Amino acid sequence: MSYISFEYLLIFLPMVILLYTIVARKYRYLILLLASYIFFMIYSDNLVIVLLITTLSIYLSGRLLEKNQIEYKNKTIDKTAYQKKRKKIVTILIIANLAIIGLFKYYNFFSLNINRGFSFIGSPLNLASLNLVMPIGISFYTMQGISYVIDVYRGKIKAEHNFLKLALFQSFFPTIVEGPIVAYSDMEKKLSQNHDITYNNLCFGIQRIVWGIFKNMVIADRLNMLVRTVFNNYNNYSGIVIIVAAIAYTFQLYMNFYGTIDVSIGVAKIFDIELTENFKQPFFSKTTLEFWQRWHITLGTWFKEYVFYSVSLSKFSKNLNKKMKNRFGKYYGSLIPVGIALLAVWLCNGLWHGAKWSYIFFGLYYFGLIMLGKICEPIVSKVTTLLKIDRKSRFYSCFQSVKLLIIVFIGELFFRADSFLVGVKMFLSIFRGFSFKVIYDGTLLNIGLEREDFVVVILALLLVLWVSYKNEKGYDLYLGISNLKLPYRWFIYYGMILVIVIFGAYGVGYLTPELIYAGF
Amino acid sequence: MEKLLEILNEIDDEIDYENEEGLIDDALLDSLSIISLVAQIENEFDIEISPVDLVPDNFNSMKRMIEMIKRLQED
Repeated sequence: MSYISFEYLLIFLPMVILLYTIVARKYRYLILLLASYIFFMIYSDNLVIVLLITTLSIYLSGRLLEKNQIEYKNKTIDKTAYQKKRKKIVTILIIANLAIIGLFKYYNFFSLNINRGFSFIGSPLNLASLNLVMPIGISFYTMQGISYVIDVYRGKIKAEHNFLKLALFQSFFPTIVEGPIVAYSDMEKKLSQNHDITYNNLCFGIQRIVWGIFKNMVIADRLNMLVRTVFNNYNNYSGIVIIVAAIAYTFQLYMNFYGTIDVSIGVAKIFDIELTENFKQPFFSKTTLEFWQRWHITLGTWFKEYVFYSVSLSKFSKNLNKKMKNRFGKYYGSLIPVGIALLAVWLCNGLWHGAKWSYIFFGLYYFGLIMLGKICEPIVSKVTTLLKIDRKSRFYSCFQSVKLLIIVFIGELFFRADSFLVGVKMFLSIFRGFSFKVIYDGTLLNIGLEREDFVVVILALLLVLWVSYKNEKGYDLYLGISNLKLPYRWFIYYGMILVIVIFGAYGVGYLTPELIYAGF
Repeated sequence: MEKLLEILNEIDDEIDYENEEGLIDDALLDSLSIISLVAQIENEFDIEISPVDLVPDNFNSMKRMIEMIKRLQED
């Protein structure tokens, strides 16, 4: 039952809304919890036990941290014992949960590479591979669970006493498959506020859902045909076709993921639960760092809060900072400990997407580019001053945008390729057999999309671009639409649904849509 | 105040720190700048800043930074 499906949007969701509305107000969050567990079990059946273990572990850790704090306040234990015990609780919790996700998601990758390593040095080892199915959303709810315990440890939030509320936070059905990854400090009250479903929230929610379906069905699913054709038969293509496929995949991924997040935000909005936005016009960025502050924001925030700050504010990092500053000066000296923290972030980011070398390369690729940008910054600053180039001018902005787009397209080429080596082959084949002839000789019309498909995709992307431009300028389009007079408003709603029905990529000749981020 | 201004200007001297109130919210300082800033504040004011203090509210303006420094000095 995908988020973009008849079963979810027209059967499951209306039933949840109905039940939510008819039960007594104080029990409404329990309906959301019940719906979330049913939703989880439709996907992952008995693996619900894994979700329960994680939830129970974070609940108990929170309570233990609280008990420990009370003991310290009552002076039954001293400060050293208090801190030691707290660290122990958090460490055990993190290791236990990483072991669970490690078993389901990474075991085969590591066992295979360990076997290869031992075979390479001449002493064969044969760690068996496991045929395990991952529980749905494990990458998302594990991160949420860990963040909850660290936040209790850091004193940012209090430990939750109601197990059912925490269970809802971990399993909330609109977010469990693809996020956004939310913090308990943000969700605690929202999830159990038990508000009524209002006409306004219903309209806002449905608007957002329809917009998400549009992105998925009109753009992403259509582009999928081209992407699959080229990436699955990469040996048959080179030059501009590979470039077109990399660009198509970038927009397919963006529209698929953003569209699904729109649906999640829209569904939650119906219950008056505001979720954190996951995208903020990433393609309007000027630098790689800025791009990642606008793309999959909640994942970036998680890594910043719990990996980057933890590493860069550790004693080791602070001591290194002092030493390096004396040796390499203030700017370059401070870059070294920051670089170590960033390396940890990007390795985690790559691995988070899956157990593949191409994902690890993807993480290291962005790490390298961000570090290169930081290292070259003083030189770029001097050169632009010398050449009297205004870094705030439109020309320079355009140059930065084009540079960033090329970086992103190359990154996504490796991200989508079946393996790292396939990625290298595809990248090199851009330069082999490069010819502009393919633009007009009909080659592009034989890679999965027809002329009409290209027209639909380009027009739809222009519409998304226009909406993004409006958002960037601070205009809230959803509010704008809801402020329109009733006939205009419904004209837009029906028009959008009609566009999806007519131009959506579904039915005979199209592949069943998949939620790309659900696989991570 | 002057010491802090000096540190901030070393990170980026094109920002009007005395009047700016959205250093983090408006993305004038990114997380990499914050780490340099934290290291220098810790050295200069002899305090320890932990991850839990790294919230936008503590770094959005000079005033908020001074309040945080004072609070950590008292702890």
